[in-house]
Amino acid sequence: MKKLSLLVCLILVLGAFGGILTVAAQDEPLVVFGAFATPIEEPWDGVIHAALLNAQEEGLIDYTFQDEIGYSGDMEIVLREVADELQPAIIFGDAFGNEEAVRRVARDYPEIAFVFGSGLGPSQPNLSVFDNWIHEPAYLSGLIAGSLTESNVIGVVGGYPVPEVNRIINAFVQGATEANPDAEVLVTFLNSWFDPAAAKEAALAQIDAGADVLFAERFGVIEAAQENDLLAFGNMSDQNELAPETVVTGPVWNMEPTVNFVINQVAAGSYTGLDLKDFSMMGQGGASLAPYHGFEDTLDPDLLEMVATRQQEIVDGLFRVDINEELPAESLVPGDGTIGG
Amino acid sequence: MEFLLTLLGATLRIATPILYGALGEMIVERAGILNLGIEGTMLLSAFGGFVAAQLSGSIYLGLLIAVAIGVLLSLLMGFLSITLGLNQHVSGLGITLFASGLALFLFRIIYGGESIPPALEESFPQLRIFGGTSLEPVFSQYVFTYAAFLLVPLLAWLLYRTSFGLRLRSVGENPEAADTAGISVFRTRYVALLMGGALMGLGGAFLSLAQLGAFTHGIINGRGWVAIAIVIFGNWRPWRVLAGALLFGGLQALQLRLQAEGVQLPYEIFLMLPYVMTIVAIAITGRNASYPAALLKPYRREG
Repeated sequence: MKKLSLLVCLILVLGAFGGILTVAAQDEPLVVFGAFATPIEEPWDGVIHAALLNAQEEGLIDYTFQDEIGYSGDMEIVLREVADELQPAIIFGDAFGNEEAVRRVARDYPEIAFVFGSGLGPSQPNLSVFDNWIHEPAYLSGLIAGSLTESNVIGVVGGYPVPEVNRIINAFVQGATEANPDAEVLVTFLNSWFDPAAAKEAALAQIDAGADVLFAERFGVIEAAQENDLLAFGNMSDQNELAPETVVTGPVWNMEPTVNFVINQVAAGSYTGLDLKDFSMMGQGGASLAPYHGFEDTLDPDLLEMVATRQQEIVDGLFRVDINEELPAESLVPGDGTIGG
Repeated sequence: MEFLLTLLGATLRIATPILYGALGEMIVERAGILNLGIEGTMLLSAFGGFVAAQLSGSIYLGLLIAVAIGVLLSLLMGFLSITLGLNQHVSGLGITLFASGLALFLFRIIYGGESIPPALEESFPQLRIFGGTSLEPVFSQYVFTYAAFLLVPLLAWLLYRTSFGLRLRSVGENPEAADTAGISVFRTRYVALLMGGALMGLGGAFLSLAQLGAFTHGIINGRGWVAIAIVIFGNWRPWRVLAGALLFGGLQALQLRLQAEGVQLPYEIFLMLPYVMTIVAIAITGRNASYPAALLKPYRREG
């Protein structure tokens, strides 16, 4: 304790000599706050939280957070309080459902970097936006799903048809119909982010309608596939552990490239409001296909090679997956896309 | 035909947790108490049962704990609304807030930081009664579902054919008269609450120990509130409560199937179907609703 107060005195004295304090501050971890509308157990905010925890473990940031802030006005109160009291260098969070509040507060605190998940654009000088741009691995998952289906019917269960979800589902459908032009994709929405029992029932209804491969945009679907000895694809994180015999792979989101980029920018004093979407895509390691966990031994080697080739093309910038944020069509007219074209 | 059979099978599954909740709430309300703690009770029971089953490796112990939590929370509801005579709306909502908060708080302490929801190695299996026949999709249900349907005649018998049922109904209609006749209003109401709590606990356990074998946020997702509406729809009678649960479950199963079959209508129309129909049904039947006369009224002896 004595040592600590000595250190504080020392820093203050040194600080009096001007300029030196800022050098000392750069060696300190940045103070970072996380502001989440949902519980951190929700997969979307969970990915952001995990990346920030990781940065804290590496000693880059000093991280505190508040979750379950909700959508009824508390976001603005929390952000203003944190900006005044904690005075963090960066606030990460999710602005979906709280766009106006986040933007109002960001305008009033230009010295703080606001980095928020958002469906809208960045705003100068200090508001950056990101989103889970995992349509690329969703497309790759679709390629595999289209090849695996024997009934030519694939089921997808989603939460809400918001742009982010539509993007993932449409990319999955693009992959599935490219690999299998006869594939029909059934899409069901729950209008809930968290109702696994309803998600399971929706998946069971799709199985009754002939689906033999399922894409679990939400929790609950994998259980239905497992119960019927079918294959499924997870979403957002590696979900193989839920049902190792069932979950082939799936798109995974990783916020670490985004978090590290922002930390570096702020530490270097060159931060500005940006759309950080590239850092959530495969090229920067922000999106990936989950490990196969043994499925590489049972899947067709030609299929795996085709997926690996396409993945490399995406990473190298030679192939772009369509970004389509329209409501997915209920049943698709088979496309004329060919693999490797 | 197969469409109808799978639809019926899904209807029974979806109706099960709602039927448990509604039957539990019905008993409690017949004794004169509105238990708005139902939503939180179902959530904490689903959670407690799940944790107990995972730690002990026994789904039966999990079931027991889920029921015990339902009973304990109802005991608290009884203390607030019967012993202290507090406002039932406030007591019930307080219990829902408390139980939901506690479940999610403990969930974070025990399973915090995991990116996928925890699941049981072994959950309750489905019992296939007519395996191999065309009826299989209807009768491939969890034991909870069969038990729920057996409960309906049992509760009808209990309410209308036993002296306990008569006492229970009388404290819900006219506690003063019941007291005069030598019936303990307090004790009868407590017993009704505890029975109701046990059933709510079973409803929660069905979701976490059988249907999903996992626990996440949103596992109840308003099923407790739907159960309260079903009780009103059912006019506080077991068979009509069953009909209400089946109507809601059936419409939910139907809308999921219509979405899956690719019927070309905005999906929102399907989603609202069960809720709209429930409102319509209540609007039609609710005009003749015969509330238990002493519902919401705390009982105090005068003098």
